[in-house]
Formats: sequence, structure tokens, C-alpha cells
Amino acid sequence: MEPIREVSCETVTETVRRLFIEANTELGEDILEAVNLACAAEELDIARLALEQICENARIAREELVALCQDTGLAVVFAEVGQDVHIVGGSFGASVQEGVRRAYSEGYFRKSLCDPLTRKNTGDNTPAVVHTEIVPGDRIRLQVMAKGGGSENMSSVHMLLPTAGVEGIEKAVVESVRKAGPNPCPPLVLGVGIGGTVERAALLSKKALLRPLGKKSGDDRLAKMEEDILDEVNRLGFGPQGYGGKTTALAVSIEMEPCHIASLPVAVSIQCHASRHKEAVI
Amino acid sequence: MKDAVRIETPLTDEICRCLKAGDKVLLSGEVYTGRDMAHRRLCDAARKGENLPIPLQGATIFYAAPTPASPGRVIGSVGPTTSYRMDSCTLELLKMGLKGMIGKGRRSPEVIEAIRECRAVYFGAPGGVAALLSRHVKKTQVVAYEELGPEAILKLEVSDMPLVVLIDSHGRDLYGTVFGIDKNV
Repeated sequence: MEPIREVSCETVTETVRRLFIEANTELGEDILEAVNLACAAEELDIARLALEQICENARIAREELVALCQDTGLAVVFAEVGQDVHIVGGSFGASVQEGVRRAYSEGYFRKSLCDPLTRKNTGDNTPAVVHTEIVPGDRIRLQVMAKGGGSENMSSVHMLLPTAGVEGIEKAVVESVRKAGPNPCPPLVLGVGIGGTVERAALLSKKALLRPLGKKSGDDRLAKMEEDILDEVNRLGFGPQGYGGKTTALAVSIEMEPCHIASLPVAVSIQCHASRHKEAVI
Repeated sequence: MKDAVRIETPLTDEICRCLKAGDKVLLSGEVYTGRDMAHRRLCDAARKGENLPIPLQGATIFYAAPTPASPGRVIGSVGPTTSYRMDSCTLELLKMGLKGMIGKGRRSPEVIEAIRECRAVYFGAPGGVAALLSRHVKKTQVVAYEELGPEAILKLEVSDMPLVVLIDSHGRDLYGTVFGIDKNV
């Protein structure tokens, strides 16, 4: 029998707290690098200005420890819990929520969650959306994402015909970006989930957003699609902030799983340029 | 910001007439924050013939809900939310004298037409750069709907806030007319 490793709830809470504060105040180096590259390539004055503002904003947020965006997001947590971990001192779920609560209070982040019907604010930015998976091993991997509402409103799931193929998938993704137009704060990062069921495709598309920019899919077919979709999206000409220009998206990441013979689910998670996610292993 | 036009609130017909879609603007003066719930309440009050908690004549509304200010700061991070959600109320507010709107994203053809008719202007603030924009806010005061929390209406004193004219008082739309993007999709 594998030895059991104990992890305290307090450690989980503290890790979640730290990750959300970092995510909301420190833009990833991969994003900054992509924005800088885009800036060098932009010819339109107003587009270059928008990209320069993104870099300047990241510098201010990091130095002054303030939120990159006023929409500090709905907190999404992806937890991979090793089956040889024993959580002690309380419930795992509650300790994740407590970490979110502390981060949004101590970080002076906006509390953006409300009752869907009365629209009354929950007051502490909980509940976070938590996706927990049991995996082999005795570690806990926590990936956190602060997901803004404006870009999420432009995300979508498409149940394509099974024979739609690569062309149909690419068309669905590009069309969803075209419909979104300037609304989701381009330049965008696009997460695409193919396969599974309607909820599985959506989850895959969210997980795809966690991949570092510039890292292609390990599946050559998907890597090619990522490249083709990125080219096509950037030909739309929306540009940074939708003011025009070459850079409508910075990257496309695709995750895929098998699906039913009757289906071809394709989900598109649209992420603004402030793609805020961090991870840690406990 | 190079080649930017400096303007001050309250906006007048004269100021609005001179602004063209695509112009870079540095805006100073008083603006009110207000987004989804505040718009709904303003509209409900207007339809019932009640007095509004803010004077709309010449006013500028910034579709924003900032993060809380940490000690020593005037405001937390502040930036625009997507404007289309305010479209249905905007028609009414424009008729009541609203002159300026600050947000991001497309507006409906009806709002574009109303902006033209009322000689108003719709400005774009850069989205997702709220730490930078917060430096242009010099004063804040809660003026209405405090119970809405982050969605309360605040009066902000802004200085040289970097904006772009998205829809001008002649009905020209940067997203549509200027770049030829189909605005009806």
C-alpha cells in the first residue's frame, strides 16, 4: 500500500489565497512577451498604443500590487488531488473557498458574484467554480484562473455535425470570434475544446487556456489547426481593443478527446488579453 | 498620448460636434460610474417620473465598477465593462440629456442613431488596463445606490483619461464605418 501523505486545509487555503493575489496582479511573462511581439509588428498607431498600454498597465499593477483589471473575475480552480493525499483539518472544498475569500478581501479585488435572479452580490466573490480530479500520486496541483465576465459572455458551445471535420471546426471558432467583435477586449487568447459531451467540451476549452502561450499542442493535427485559426482570426482586422490592426488574438490552444459517433462538440472559451492564471503543487 | 484632443466635462453640443470617430481624447472633469443594475434603476425611476439621483444634462457615464481602494489610494483599479448591456436604457438616458458614455464594444444601431440625434458621443476606454486608468482618477464619491456595492453610482473627478471616440455625434462608428466591420452581426 502506498503511504498516505497529509496536507492540511490551511495549506490549501493559503496556496489558493496566494495564487489568486498573484494572478490578479502579475500578468504572465508569456502574455507580455506575446504582446511585445505584437506591438513590434503593428503598423496602426492606435493599435500600437493599445498594446503599449497593456504593458504599462502590467508594470503598474505589479509594482503597486493592484488589480490588472477592475473585473477580478469569477474564481475558477482546477484541482488535481493525488489519491494518496489525506486532507486534514476540515473539508477540501471549504478550504479552497476560504482561500478565494481571503484573496479577494486582502487583495482589495472586486466581488463580482451575485444571485442570478435577485442580482444580490454574494459579498466575498465566492463560490468559486472548482473542478476536482483524483489523480495518481501524493501531491495536489492547484491551477487558478480569474475569469472576467465580458469575455466569458462571448464564449460558446457548438454541437456540429459529426462530419463537419477540421474545416467545420475552424469555421465555428472563427465565427464565434467574429460575432464577439471588440466586446471581449482583444487581443484574445482562445481556448478550444473538441469532443466529449457538451460540458466536457466546455471544460476542455477552459483547461486549454491554462497552457502557456507559444506552446503548441503535442498533436500535430491540433497544432496545425491552432496555427490556421490564429491566422484566420488575425485576418478579421479587429485588432487590439477592436480599434483595428493585425493582432486580434495572441494564441489559440486546443484540447481534444473522443466523442460520440453522433456528435462533434466544439467549445470556445474566449479570454481577454488579461489572461490571469497561476499554479502551484502542494 | 500623441495628437490627442483635450476636452472637459460637462460635454456640450459644440464639443461633441468637433469629435470624430477614431479621435484620441484626453478627458477631464466629472463623470459618473454606472453599469447594469444602476442603469436598470435609473430607467425604472425615469419611467415612473421620479427624480433621478444624478443630473443627466450634459453628463457623462462611465460603464465601470472599480475594485475597492486599498488604504492610501483614491480608487482601486477602474476600467470599462462591455457597453451593449446598457443599450436598452441608453435610449432613454440620451433623451434626458446624457451626452457622453465611456465603455467598450459595439452599440446597437438604435443607440448609434440616438447618439446622432442627441449629438452625444460614445468613447472607448481601453479594456483590461485598469491599473493604468486608475491613475487618471483624482477623486471619488458615492452618489447613489450604495447598496449595489461595486455597482453603486460614483462621481469621479478624472484628469486626462486616455479615450478614443468610438461613435461620434454624426453617427460614425469606429467599429463599423471606419473599419468596415459589419455592425449587424
